[in-house]
Amino acid sequence: MSRPRPEPVHLIKQRRDAALSALVDGVPYIRTMGITFDRRGDELTGVLNYDDKLIGNPFLPALHGGATAAFLETTAIIELSFQILWDEIESGRLEGGALTPETLPRLPKTIDFTVDYLRSGLPRDAYARARVNRSGRRYASVHVEAWQDNRSRLFAQATGHFLMPGRPG
Amino acid sequence: MATTSEDKARIARQFIEAIPFSKALRMHLDEIGEGLAAISMPYDAALVGDPRTGVIHGGAVSALMDTCGGAAVMSHADAPAGTATIDLRIDYMRPATPGQRIVARAECYHVTRSVAFVRAQAFDEDETRPVAAATGAFTIEQARTPERAP
Repeated sequence: MSRPRPEPVHLIKQRRDAALSALVDGVPYIRTMGITFDRRGDELTGVLNYDDKLIGNPFLPALHGGATAAFLETTAIIELSFQILWDEIESGRLEGGALTPETLPRLPKTIDFTVDYLRSGLPRDAYARARVNRSGRRYASVHVEAWQDNRSRLFAQATGHFLMPGRPG
Repeated sequence: MATTSEDKARIARQFIEAIPFSKALRMHLDEIGEGLAAISMPYDAALVGDPRTGVIHGGAVSALMDTCGGAAVMSHADAPAGTATIDLRIDYMRPATPGQRIVARAECYHVTRSVAFVRAQAFDEDETRPVAAATGAFTIEQARTPERAP
């Protein structure tokens, strides 16, 4: 039996990137913070692009704990949302042109979020990756880690619980 | 010369008003002193987390709670200098009403030689139902040349 011919690579990438940017671009606060996402397959890396306005202690200087918390929370929500959408993206049920912030399913809502500050954030770019440890019908638990220069030297980590979005139909 | 609580409040106010991230979010220090602080933040379209409803992003509320917690620590009589967040847990109880100012109130309720414990709540114009609650631990930064405790 012959398997169906794989789709051209540019179509697959286009559809995945369109879904990701529909999730990210419609949120004003993500733009305000200067957060962007790198994608390799289904793996997302959040990038907090450094800006002077993110500083919380001008004397050290160090990133504001609130900026770090917002970065971790955003990365957790986008990772969880992308994972919820992944099957629909891959099956082609979510089509490129149809993906706008208005037509996307609702985002998960944060129930609680606990940030663990391990060392002060330096005045430069930061990166974060989230891992969905449990994703049920109603609740999800997500862990997220952030680093700057060395992947193994985390400057913050967090765990959050999320209420899964209701799916119409 | 011992610093009075008014001195502490003034130093904390100067420090908080100089924080770039708090300025970017247009935070305003409403009250400070004796381990208590209130900081508010106006509604702003740039802080929206859900464009369909116009509700503020949880991360903006976190930033307000974190700043307010730090301010409460700095104004506490037993906190000699600056502080940094060790951990902060936020419970999001309901979405903040779009268009309304958010105010956080934090209390530094216990201080040891090394750690300050804080609880905080955030409200919109309905002061009977909190939008979010937080608990956190903050560092107590020791002065450069610590005097030996007797």
